[in-house]
Amino acid sequence: MTFSFLDFAFYAFAAILIFAALMVVTVRNPVKAALFLVLAFFSAACIWITLEAEFLAIVLVLVYVGAVMVLFLFVVMMLDINLVQMREGFGKYLPVGGFVALLLVAELIIILNAKVFSPESMPRPVGQPADYSNTQQLGEILYTQYAYPFEIAAIILLVAIIAAISLTLRRRPQTRYQKPAKQISARKEDRLRVVSMKSEKPDPDAAGAGSE
Amino acid sequence: MLTIYTLIPFSCLLAAIIAGLGGHIIGRTATHRVAIAGVAISFALSVYVLFDVLQGNYFDGMLYTWGTSGFLTFQIGFLIDELSAGMAVVVTFVSLMVHIYTIGYMHDDPGYQRFFCYIALFTFAMLMLVMSNNFLQLFFGWEGVGVVSYLLIGFWFDRDSAIHANMKAFLVNRIGDFGFILAIAAIVYVFSSLNYSDVFSQAASVENMTVEAFEGVNWKWLTIISLLLFVGAMGKSAQVPLHVWLPDSMEGPTPISALIHAATMVTAGIFMVARMSPLFEFSEVALTVVVTIGAITALFMALIGLVQNDIKRIVAYSTLSQLGYMTVALGVSAYAAGIFHLTTHAFFKALLFLAAGSVIVALHHQQDIRHMGGLKKIMPITYWTALVGSLALAGLPPFAGFFSKDTIIEAVHASQLPGSGFALFAVTIGVFVTALYSFRMLFIVFHGKPRMSEDELAHAKESPWVITLPLVVLAVPSVIFGAIFAVPMLYGEFYDQSIFVLSQHDTLAHVGAGLAGQSGEISAWKMVLHGFITLPFWLAVAGIFVAWFLYIHRPEWPSLIQSRFKLLWQILDRKYGFDEFNEAVVASGTRGLGNMLWKIMDMYVIDGLVVNGLANSVRRISSRIRVIQSGFVYHYAFTMIIGLLLLISWFLIR
Amino acid sequence: MISLTHYLVLAAVLFSIAVVGIFLNRKNVVILLMAIELLLLAVNINFVAFSHYLQDIAGQVFVFFILTVAAAEAAIGLAILIVLFRNRHTINVEDLNRLSG
Repeated sequence: MTFSFLDFAFYAFAAILIFAALMVVTVRNPVKAALFLVLAFFSAACIWITLEAEFLAIVLVLVYVGAVMVLFLFVVMMLDINLVQMREGFGKYLPVGGFVALLLVAELIIILNAKVFSPESMPRPVGQPADYSNTQQLGEILYTQYAYPFEIAAIILLVAIIAAISLTLRRRPQTRYQKPAKQISARKEDRLRVVSMKSEKPDPDAAGAGSE
Repeated sequence: MLTIYTLIPFSCLLAAIIAGLGGHIIGRTATHRVAIAGVAISFALSVYVLFDVLQGNYFDGMLYTWGTSGFLTFQIGFLIDELSAGMAVVVTFVSLMVHIYTIGYMHDDPGYQRFFCYIALFTFAMLMLVMSNNFLQLFFGWEGVGVVSYLLIGFWFDRDSAIHANMKAFLVNRIGDFGFILAIAAIVYVFSSLNYSDVFSQAASVENMTVEAFEGVNWKWLTIISLLLFVGAMGKSAQVPLHVWLPDSMEGPTPISALIHAATMVTAGIFMVARMSPLFEFSEVALTVVVTIGAITALFMALIGLVQNDIKRIVAYSTLSQLGYMTVALGVSAYAAGIFHLTTHAFFKALLFLAAGSVIVALHHQQDIRHMGGLKKIMPITYWTALVGSLALAGLPPFAGFFSKDTIIEAVHASQLPGSGFALFAVTIGVFVTALYSFRMLFIVFHGKPRMSEDELAHAKESPWVITLPLVVLAVPSVIFGAIFAVPMLYGEFYDQSIFVLSQHDTLAHVGAGLAGQSGEISAWKMVLHGFITLPFWLAVAGIFVAWFLYIHRPEWPSLIQSRFKLLWQILDRKYGFDEFNEAVVASGTRGLGNMLWKIMDMYVIDGLVVNGLANSVRRISSRIRVIQSGFVYHYAFTMIIGLLLLISWFLIR
Repeated sequence: MISLTHYLVLAAVLFSIAVVGIFLNRKNVVILLMAIELLLLAVNINFVAFSHYLQDIAGQVFVFFILTVAAAEAAIGLAILIVLFRNRHTINVEDLNRLSG
């Protein structure tokens, strides 16, 4: 049994992925957790490349690492978090949690070792030729068969944008700002009041005219 | 033709809708025009259809399928034969007369439009009942006329007595209707169909089907069905002991008493039994019950009529008695005679009611005959028409009542049924009593000295033409109808298509054979001649004579007799105590049961155990369960993991 | 030779780590959100692996949609987090028990 490059790549990236995931849930500092999450995504992307899902791997790096994780970092840095408290109680629950996790993994491995997933019943397919384009394949099916779900996904994103804005947007009553529209539409009558007043001294001419 | 059949009931419905919903917009005159036009169209078309049927054009078909449920289809359909077409003509004719009469009678009433809406609606429901070709539509019409009757008895709903009367009518009818709907259920169970034609064609084949009613007692299904149907007929046609609502229904306006509680609706039971003749014929038990109940009603209700003083109640008890005659006719399988008496009775009883109404209007709603008298000169048209009605009611030849009533008595005489002996006694004595009470009323109201106040006497005058016209128009068939139609309708083949009589029960054929004698011809003239030599004729004459003797010749005698036979008089005046019995036993028993159910079932079981008990147990259980809902995300997450673990473990173990 | 089982076990391990992370983490909601991202990543690995071994591109389409929804979820989740912090001055999971019955 030879140890091919592909095998090596899988084991290496899988090890990095599991290590990064463990760190994400255990490190004290959320900034570090976010950075380990980046590492986890990155190694997952690499594993996806070994599965010939190049487009999704790139998207994972670009969108997740580039956008979502940056968002996480922003938020983590924005919030004033008390790092001392961060890991309180972690050790207390670790035995229970670890036991349950091990049980879960063990059971899943037992299931996944079933015959249907074995190399005999499901051999690794032959690699695609060099001029194969995963992006084109995905695009062809996405814009034809999955056109409506695609539209719905777009709307979900739009809703997410609107929801995120409307959730975080707040008006501070004490802030002062200009309203240009109001400034332009102001008219003279709104600001200026012309008052006719009686003169305080009698008009000498009028008095003279009246006496005539 | 289907269009015409459809138009007959639905023109009335349309008129009712316009009068009811638009009455106040279009005004009084337009309302009665619309209503009368609707009924007049129905009447004209009914006459046309009757002639068409006489040409041999029958119809049995559906108009509209209402719904389907398994093997049952609920349809609206028409069965047009001599029976239904004839009934439709009678109904629409009397209804038309009553519509016209109402213009005069209800002239000053604020509920004028409402009244026209109701009577047009009633005509619609009655026509649906009569023309139906299935049991469901029959029941629809049955309930429809019941509802309108309820509304009209309580027409003056600001009077306590009217509210009581309509409640009473509704409740008593409910008992009958309950029997009726059980009968329909039994029919569906036995015949798996609601259509007349299916049921009647199978009737002979299920004759021997029995069911164990009690331990060891087998009853024929047809007997059960017939008895239940007759319970329905007893409610609607006011047979003892379900008759108690009819006298009280006189609280309604007089045109209603004429239309619904004398001429048409109360005869629905008679019509229904005649229509169901293929079922009744196979059950001698049911026929015996019918004849016995009818005979009791015919005699004992007539006796009450002797002591009543309210002019409308006298006519009402007379109606009860005449309905008893019809029921007796049905019981002895002389269905044609029953229907024929129904028809003639519709004319002369509507006439008597409308005449009574005319008197009531003239005397400003005075109904007590002790305050009347001597009206013959003031109201000649009313008097003569009432006289015609009374003669017809008493059954003197050649008036219409003679032919129908005499035939019934002859048919009872010919019957071999158990109970027909008693029935013969009852109907024969009934003739004397009928003549006595009807002429007692006539003599007291129209002859003798005026007993009303000066003021009433001064204002009394003959009614306007809208009231007298229907009287005259109704008087015509009261005189001649019997002479013209008796022979073809009773002894001819008129009802052969619609009424089924087993040959061993065919009393009418027996009577007809006796009349035909040697020559083999039956004519009205022969019937009259035969009438003169029979007992009923002389009893009727005797009744009229006794009435004349007591109320004209020796007016002081009646009170003397009354004090001499005080106990008898009191029994009659109390109407045999039916009302007291119902009040003491039925009503208070029901109230007691209701109170018990209210206190035990409602307050304790429903409120205490079910409603509050449920809420309490929910609160108790939830107060324990809600501890689980801590609000901490990690608790929920942990629960999820445990759930996932359990699922996977189950998957593995399995 | 790397078989499908390898990928699935990898995803299972990742999934378990993420779930236990949610359970163990008592102080910081941000970490919870990150754990949820890890959960979705585990699922996505499964999808991609099956897509490759079954030679069916539809699996990758689903990954595409999951990524979309996850991005939206992260954005809204963080927005909620900010509002939460603004109102309660804490993102401590133990303090967030307003839904307690």
